[in-house]
Amino acid sequence: MQPLYLTLRLSSIVIIKHYQEEGQGSEVVQGVLLGLVVDDRLEITNCFPFPQHTEDDADFDEVQYQMEMMRSLRHVNIDHLHVGWYQSTYYGSFVSRALLDSQFSYQHAIEESVVLIYDPIKTAQGSLSLKAYRLTPKLMEICKEKDFTPEGLKKANIGFEHMFEEVPIVIKNSHLISVLMWELEDKSTVADKHELLNLSSSNHLEKSLQLLMDRVDDMSQDIVKYNTYSRNLSKQQQQKHQYLQRRQQENAQRQSRGEPPLPEEDITKMFKPPQPPPRMDTLLIAGQINNYCQNVKEFTSQNLGKLFMAEALQGHN
Amino acid sequence: MNMCRPVDVAKWWQQENPAAQRRAPSSSSPSSSSSSVRLMEAVRCVASEQRRMLSSAQPLSTLPRLRRSSFPQQRGRSRHFLITATSTSGLQVALYVFTEAGELSSFSKMSVFGPVVKIHPVVLASICDSYERRNEGASRVIGTLLGTIDKHSIEVTNCFSVPHNESEDEVAVDMEFAKNMYELHKRVSPTEVIIGWYATGFDITEHSVLIHEYYSREASNPIHLTVDSALQSGKMNIRAYVSAQMGVPGKTVGVMFTPLSVKYVYYDTERIGVDLLQRTRVTPSRTKGLTSDLSQVAGSAARVQDMLTTVLAYIEDVLSGKVTADNSVGRFLMDLVNKVPTISAEDFENMLNSNINDLLMVTYLSNLTQAQIALNEKLVLL
Repeated sequence: MQPLYLTLRLSSIVIIKHYQEEGQGSEVVQGVLLGLVVDDRLEITNCFPFPQHTEDDADFDEVQYQMEMMRSLRHVNIDHLHVGWYQSTYYGSFVSRALLDSQFSYQHAIEESVVLIYDPIKTAQGSLSLKAYRLTPKLMEICKEKDFTPEGLKKANIGFEHMFEEVPIVIKNSHLISVLMWELEDKSTVADKHELLNLSSSNHLEKSLQLLMDRVDDMSQDIVKYNTYSRNLSKQQQQKHQYLQRRQQENAQRQSRGEPPLPEEDITKMFKPPQPPPRMDTLLIAGQINNYCQNVKEFTSQNLGKLFMAEALQGHN
Repeated sequence: MNMCRPVDVAKWWQQENPAAQRRAPSSSSPSSSSSSVRLMEAVRCVASEQRRMLSSAQPLSTLPRLRRSSFPQQRGRSRHFLITATSTSGLQVALYVFTEAGELSSFSKMSVFGPVVKIHPVVLASICDSYERRNEGASRVIGTLLGTIDKHSIEVTNCFSVPHNESEDEVAVDMEFAKNMYELHKRVSPTEVIIGWYATGFDITEHSVLIHEYYSREASNPIHLTVDSALQSGKMNIRAYVSAQMGVPGKTVGVMFTPLSVKYVYYDTERIGVDLLQRTRVTPSRTKGLTSDLSQVAGSAARVQDMLTTVLAYIEDVLSGKVTADNSVGRFLMDLVNKVPTISAEDFENMLNSNINDLLMVTYLSNLTQAQIALNEKLVLL
């Protein structure tokens, strides 16, 4: 799709801050993105976070909160058009049913909405990690019809790579903010962060691989289920075939003896076809595994570079 | 309101000390003696001002502010003075001198009262954003500051703008709105409290005092932040103030705004985000794409390389005698060189190889997994 320009001057800072405040646990923080659509670009100019879900909060509260927030923001001339939502993620594990449902409902209502995924752990390692995703039109079709059987998916020819499409992000600042940047650079006494050149890798790798293993386990379970289903199906086909053949033989015999043929029985009632397992979960798991693998590969490539740099540094000693 | 005429004071001073007159400000940096002249000027001016305020019968709630334009032009460069006085321990004067170029130099700041104000960049970005979105005809924007109060410092972590109307003689602030917004914000982060308010614009006007009073009902001892987004002095001055009572109790009481020192603090991840934003100011279209992968490491390495070249240049200069050696810098350099650990070449080889092997293995495994799921996909679709 068209490139997505994100005027990120405000939003990124707000997202980062919200994550830091709400806690270092594996909870996700979510919020709403506000902005407007200009030509073929989507500009995101502001955002506000959702409060955490507590036990006694009903859904109604959330909607009301959102409405009030948007109304108030409209008073101060902030763009109050909903253009998407954002979510934080833990080591890249965001491909889930909930995300799919939310994004589908958003995209159904607003054509260009995106979900912005922010990975705080990757950011703490030195590079701001913000990705914007949308559902592909093919996936939108399938979600609309709620047809998750294998046949349905085969018709649409969807693989796990065609689930989400990533939209490129560009940061754009206004002049006043540039002035602010110069000013901050001047006055701030905080040292530069060189997290990116950190050599330690085992912790991050361990966690990523652990998550990957869990997912692969899920995947294998799913595959087993599918295999049993296909085996059952083929067995049933065989049984049906045999039954039909026996029927025909019997009918032929009866005809030869001059008796009326047996009535044709309804085959489908006798052999109920097994339920095909829904393939949506498999797709999601496959997508998630793909994501993990991508992250791991990116991480290892960066680390290899750093290791070679360290070697060069040592070589001169 | 009648201001004391510093011309009179200056004349009186010059009569008393003709010697001081000769040391005119000819260099760019003010010498200490001329500064003392100004200092005395300022002190006398404010003292007489105070005396006048105390003696007048009507209750005053405006602060003693001396406009820049009321001061005489000095010969040579024109200098402007802005004086704010603290009222706690005697009369301590902070003197700010602005030169024509708009540089701010507070060279004789004797003392600043009160806790340190720590500001997060979110707040400043929000303020600038609201300034850009202000209504037609409004010259400035105001809003509420949220944050946490500590014993020694006040940390400002969030803010939102509040609609208000300001005219020559009255000001109206939508407090309902402010309360509503605060409730909404409190649901997300319950630890934040209202700690003050901000306004864009350079000066503190009479209206500010009224608004400050509104806010002192919400928070105890609110702080007031001014951000000069109109860039009146060529720079975006970000200042914080606390209000203090001043005057004789029982009689006319006034309000004075005492400046506080401002620091910028970041969370770790915020710092990295802001770094990325800093890089947008270089490109002419003010845009920047997000890069990933090895190019980021390359960028980071390039930055370190730049720093190393600067350090090397400095060392060359010292060695060739152009610059005098600074011992503390030398000690830092020593630290730097010693930070590279001395490990025997063999051990290092082993470590390096094992690390590289780990990473390669993981890459291979992830590639394998990806191939596996792709295959699985295709088989199902058959």
